[in-house]
Amino acid sequence: MSIEQIIFYVFATILVVCATLVVTLRNPVFCALALVLAFFTSAGIWIFLEAEFLALTLILVYVGAVMVLFLFVVMMLDINLTVLREGFTRYLPLGLVVSIVLIAELVMVVGPGQLGLESMPVPIPHPEGYSNTKEIGSVLYTEFLYPFEIAAVILVVAIVAAISLTLRRRSNTKVFMKPEEQVVVRRKDRVRLVKMSSESNND
Amino acid sequence: MISITDYLVLGAILFCISVAGIFLNRKNVIILLMSIEVMLLAVNMNFVAFSHYLGDISGQVFVFFILTVAAAESAIGLAILVVLFRNRRTINVEELDTLKG
Repeated sequence: MSIEQIIFYVFATILVVCATLVVTLRNPVFCALALVLAFFTSAGIWIFLEAEFLALTLILVYVGAVMVLFLFVVMMLDINLTVLREGFTRYLPLGLVVSIVLIAELVMVVGPGQLGLESMPVPIPHPEGYSNTKEIGSVLYTEFLYPFEIAAVILVVAIVAAISLTLRRRSNTKVFMKPEEQVVVRRKDRVRLVKMSSESNND
Repeated sequence: MISITDYLVLGAILFCISVAGIFLNRKNVIILLMSIEVMLLAVNMNFVAFSHYLGDISGQVFVFFILTVAAAESAIGLAILVVLFRNRRTINVEELDTLKG
């Protein structure tokens, strides 16, 4: 067994164990942490596949942003775990049967008989100085420019939706400023000039 | 040498674990969202593996877009979850039957 295979199988084992922990652990905080480890491990596997840019993006975007958001929400909500765990053992046989059947079917389709090393050999490693990021960028901004812009629009929509969903006016605070009224205000509404006679000091 | 089958089987195992997770945690919306993330990870694994073995960079660009959409999805999902918890004080799926579907 070569060193590559040993590393790959270690990473794959960690990944599968972490994914199992994500769906079986009791506490959602530990589930989120197991998912963080799963993302890290799969980033390692992607580096194996010479997809360095995506591996680092996975760590930055998922571990850095999405999982922190998950942990934030999990810790913010006060949830009753015992109620949520009901039915775990009840659905366990069904879940196991469905997933085992699914895995058997998928292995039959993509197994070593169909897509082994003979039909799809390992590609030649890229030469020194090859940049995966440059390669992705050169197609992303030319061939995939339109989908890229749509992705940007999707992100904006997501930001607007998330903020507008969670924004709320609290009733117990002071009166809020109304921007539209502030904008239309004119000088005569606020400023009042008063004529006063000057006082004389020579009494 | 690692063949593409290893990566594809790894993706298949991840996908099946997350399907089982959706069956097991039918009441907890947070774990459901996490299972969906694992599913997307499994799909991305397949894309990256094929991109590497076929020498085509398009697969990686697809993964990039999937990551974008998944980030948007989880942000909106968690926002809905927070609003839900604020209104109903629970995230139990069984109790969310106002729509009578």
